[in-house]
Amino acid sequence: MGRPPSPFGTMIKYEPKALHVIGGKPTDRPDAIDKVTGRARYAADINLPGQLFGKVLRSPHAHANILSIDVSAAEKLPGVKAVVTRDDFPDMEVEYAASGELMINFKDVTRNMMAREKVLYDGHPVAAVAATSEAIAKKALKLIKVEYEVLPHVINVVEAMQPGAPVLHDDMFTRGVEPKPEKPSNVALRMTSKLGDVEAGFKKADVIIEREYNTAATHQGYIEPHASVAHYTDGGVAEVWTATQGHFVFRAQIAKLLKMDISKVKVTPCELGGGFGGKNNVYLEPLAVKLSQKSRRPVKMVMTRDEVFRASGPTSGTNVKVKMGATKDGKITAAFAEMNYQAGAFAGSSLGLAAITVFTRYDLENVLVVGHDVVCNRPKVAAYRAPGAPMIAFGVEGVVDELAEALKIDPIEFRLRNAAKEGTQTHFGPKLARIGYIETLERAKQLDHLKIPLGPNQGRGVATGFWFTLGMETSATININEDGTASVIFGTVDVTGGMRSAFSMIVAEELGITADKVRAIPSDTSVLGFNFMTAGSRGTTAGSMAVVKATRNAIARMCEIAARKWGVDQDQVVFENGHCRPAGSNVGDFEPLSVPALAKEASYYGGTIAGHAEINVVNQGPGFGTHVVDVEVDRQTGAVKVLRYSIVQDAGKAVFPDFVKGQWHGAAAQGIGMALNEEYLYNDKGQMINAGFLDYRIPVASDLPYLHAEIVEVPNPNHPYGVRGVGEVPIIPPIAAIANAIYDATGVRVYEQPFSPPRILAALDAVAPKMAAE
Amino acid sequence: MTDLRYEAPATADAAIALLAKATGTTRILAGGTDVLVQLHADMIEPELVVDIKRIPGLNGISREAGGWRFGATATGIELMDHEGFSKAWPGIIDGVKLIGSMQVKGRATVAGNLCNASPAADSVPPLMSSGVIATVVGPNGKRDIPVSDVCTGPGKTSLAKGEIVTSFFVPDAPPHSGSAYLRFTPRTEMDIAVVGVSVNITLDASGTCTAATMALGAVAEKPILVPDAAKALVGTKVDEAALDKLAAVASAACRPIDDKRGTKIFRIKVAGVLAKRTAAIALQRAKGGAK
Repeated sequence: MGRPPSPFGTMIKYEPKALHVIGGKPTDRPDAIDKVTGRARYAADINLPGQLFGKVLRSPHAHANILSIDVSAAEKLPGVKAVVTRDDFPDMEVEYAASGELMINFKDVTRNMMAREKVLYDGHPVAAVAATSEAIAKKALKLIKVEYEVLPHVINVVEAMQPGAPVLHDDMFTRGVEPKPEKPSNVALRMTSKLGDVEAGFKKADVIIEREYNTAATHQGYIEPHASVAHYTDGGVAEVWTATQGHFVFRAQIAKLLKMDISKVKVTPCELGGGFGGKNNVYLEPLAVKLSQKSRRPVKMVMTRDEVFRASGPTSGTNVKVKMGATKDGKITAAFAEMNYQAGAFAGSSLGLAAITVFTRYDLENVLVVGHDVVCNRPKVAAYRAPGAPMIAFGVEGVVDELAEALKIDPIEFRLRNAAKEGTQTHFGPKLARIGYIETLERAKQLDHLKIPLGPNQGRGVATGFWFTLGMETSATININEDGTASVIFGTVDVTGGMRSAFSMIVAEELGITADKVRAIPSDTSVLGFNFMTAGSRGTTAGSMAVVKATRNAIARMCEIAARKWGVDQDQVVFENGHCRPAGSNVGDFEPLSVPALAKEASYYGGTIAGHAEINVVNQGPGFGTHVVDVEVDRQTGAVKVLRYSIVQDAGKAVFPDFVKGQWHGAAAQGIGMALNEEYLYNDKGQMINAGFLDYRIPVASDLPYLHAEIVEVPNPNHPYGVRGVGEVPIIPPIAAIANAIYDATGVRVYEQPFSPPRILAALDAVAPKMAAE
Repeated sequence: MTDLRYEAPATADAAIALLAKATGTTRILAGGTDVLVQLHADMIEPELVVDIKRIPGLNGISREAGGWRFGATATGIELMDHEGFSKAWPGIIDGVKLIGSMQVKGRATVAGNLCNASPAADSVPPLMSSGVIATVVGPNGKRDIPVSDVCTGPGKTSLAKGEIVTSFFVPDAPPHSGSAYLRFTPRTEMDIAVVGVSVNITLDASGTCTAATMALGAVAEKPILVPDAAKALVGTKVDEAALDKLAAVASAACRPIDDKRGTKIFRIKVAGVLAKRTAAIALQRAKGGAK
């Protein structure tokens, strides 16, 4: 998809040293109090004078040609100031760009934000209105007449792949197939990736397990619905306040979609009420800008929860086949996976990422991965925390569990015998650098959790996960203020709420001051160079690389000030423990200068102290984790209760350990939700029927057990403090771990997620049909 | 939406007059935990919303000859916190406790839960199996009807235009009586019953069952009473064999649909499972054991 890593990218080798701030507890989390008291400003809290309210008219059909759109009656409604449809947006050529962890194609992006020829899912936007009140905007939507020619639709990924399935895009000829297919289909891409010879590998196996798994589409479930406020000035500048994980990327997309110069778009990311990859894509932003341009008024748009479900996110539902073989002594000889991933209405699922993660916990000689990226009449898939990985891990970790069982080897021991380590050749290209997978398995073996005896109908499951850490473009600026405090301006959106603390701590470590003297400030697009999105667990890892570089830049400036004051050369000054000091006794007997002292002298010795960095971070170290879960299954109702849960993960170096654990708790909770109840449900018309939190069941607090987390630290060799990305790995194992635990509890294997009570009860009853009611 | 009229009359008569006169859709607002949600979700577009919270006499919980009476605007929390009532009617309290979050229960009323007419309303099966009477007032005067006669189908009640439920009368149970309500939901809370079962049991001094009632929620177009429950339990010590019979009776009474919340097969089976579990709790309570 993209180019190979740049040879001009930035790496800073790990610098082992005693740490004073990193790994401790900051005095506070700077964003926390305002969030708790309700004063933090999210996009929906932004209000501008004269603001209008924008609403979107959405398709009720899963698949239909748009024959005509008549907005005349809506435009005449008093209070309506602008209406936009496909005619207000330029068509786009095929052009790919990175948007978070997934690639986008502008031809599709413009069609997703506003349908052109066709509507492709229930909830697909067909028009938008700006009016003086929300009530008038809603009334206006009802006055828009859209004439549809309803077409047959397809929701299920396997059905969408069949010859004769309704075809969504007449110009979609499967890429990756030679010769080019004669007919269009819903298979956008067929990909293969291999290492060694799987056939030969399977011949060496004493046991072969082959299974098929199905998973449902699940939504990121962020609490904050998408919201945007746009102000298009008479000077032709668009200002946007929005809920985003990447304001610079959004700026570029808004500019492209509206044919504007990037310099004329300013995006301010607001506090984010959760993203998890789901806020990597523009939905409302270009519509709000265009409505503002037409109405010459600021326009605010906020999705309802129903709209969030029907038209944003979700992750790919999948159909996956996994086949693995092992010798009697527990060595995996070959591994095969076929991965069929829903992309939603437009090409571009998480397939490519899932293909990277599929077997990358194991040191394998023979691997074949085949994947299909499949469109169907659902909302376009967005990234969701380790996109694509939990679903394929369900399959692979399930088959691994069955292999271990067949060979009578403990599941952790089986994984240790096959564990990936430094130097392991991946099937997709690179060899792994120093990683901590084995360390997580070894630590898991020591968990007290494993010593707790299980009762009747209780079972224990183990599963593991791998996720890479993205580098990419990152910029930061630091200003040493007149009083010696530091302000760090960063451009990786603080999606976790922990990044501000982490950056403050890292700068404090660099400067030898306390973290409360450093304030990390999120930027808008006008104050920094480009930053890629916060995606791929890069926020703290890549973000801190830029912050470290910028701080060292400022330190050089401080050394310059000391040198000028002392009348020595700059290389005769060193910065240690928060002070500029003479590099040696031969330099002279000068009193060390603290950061506040240097700040005071800055003006006279040439001007304020600042530092900045604009880098492309490369070669970040991946993360690995091992999860153990205990469940109890109610055999009469099929209800699965998660009793206890342990997470062991390699953080490289936990900058703010409490918050690292918080990330793991959150990810495991999401994974438990996927495992137990979460799924998109459709009626026979292809309309989503559970577009709300009542019937799309994310777990509530009482559904979750205490989530025990243990941090393993195997430093990332390519980060000055050894930091690895931590946010995504822990959502990967839960589905598989819970499935394995259900088997341990009941003797019944489940191959379809979610493990909802009716499904579990049916599976149990199929095995024991005569079981009495109680 | 812009034409919505809100009224908060001071008397029941005024409320009835407003509702009787209205030409379009009307809604009665007590706790608002259903009405406001439905309004915001554009599920309803009423012409008139009549807030009954300001009507004196519709609130409170009190003793009356032969039973308890609580008003239409008494909230779930008021019932839960009322020592005498909650002790006497643990089955009703089981149901009330399951309605929404703590915040929702602080606003929501049993009358609203009943008149919203969801087949899955958690407080309704226990009201039915406990023989609770609803007092209904309307343009043609006052009438007392069993709660089981109120809901007629999803979103539908037997109340005539202009009629409102003003209070409930809960007749005292004989000594050695116990009640319980259990529901099944995929989530532990903040969910809608996939199956709900309420059981009331009365024992004689020897521990033999002399009366038993059962009501089921979410397994038919409305909450239903299961008269055959008495046949399964009366005359028994509510032993394993009797409970198995009760389970079979519960399953047989179900006429559910497949929907997003559960399948027919699942509901029928789980109704039986819950019938046994609920009856076991009711039995304990009848014996004066731990709740």
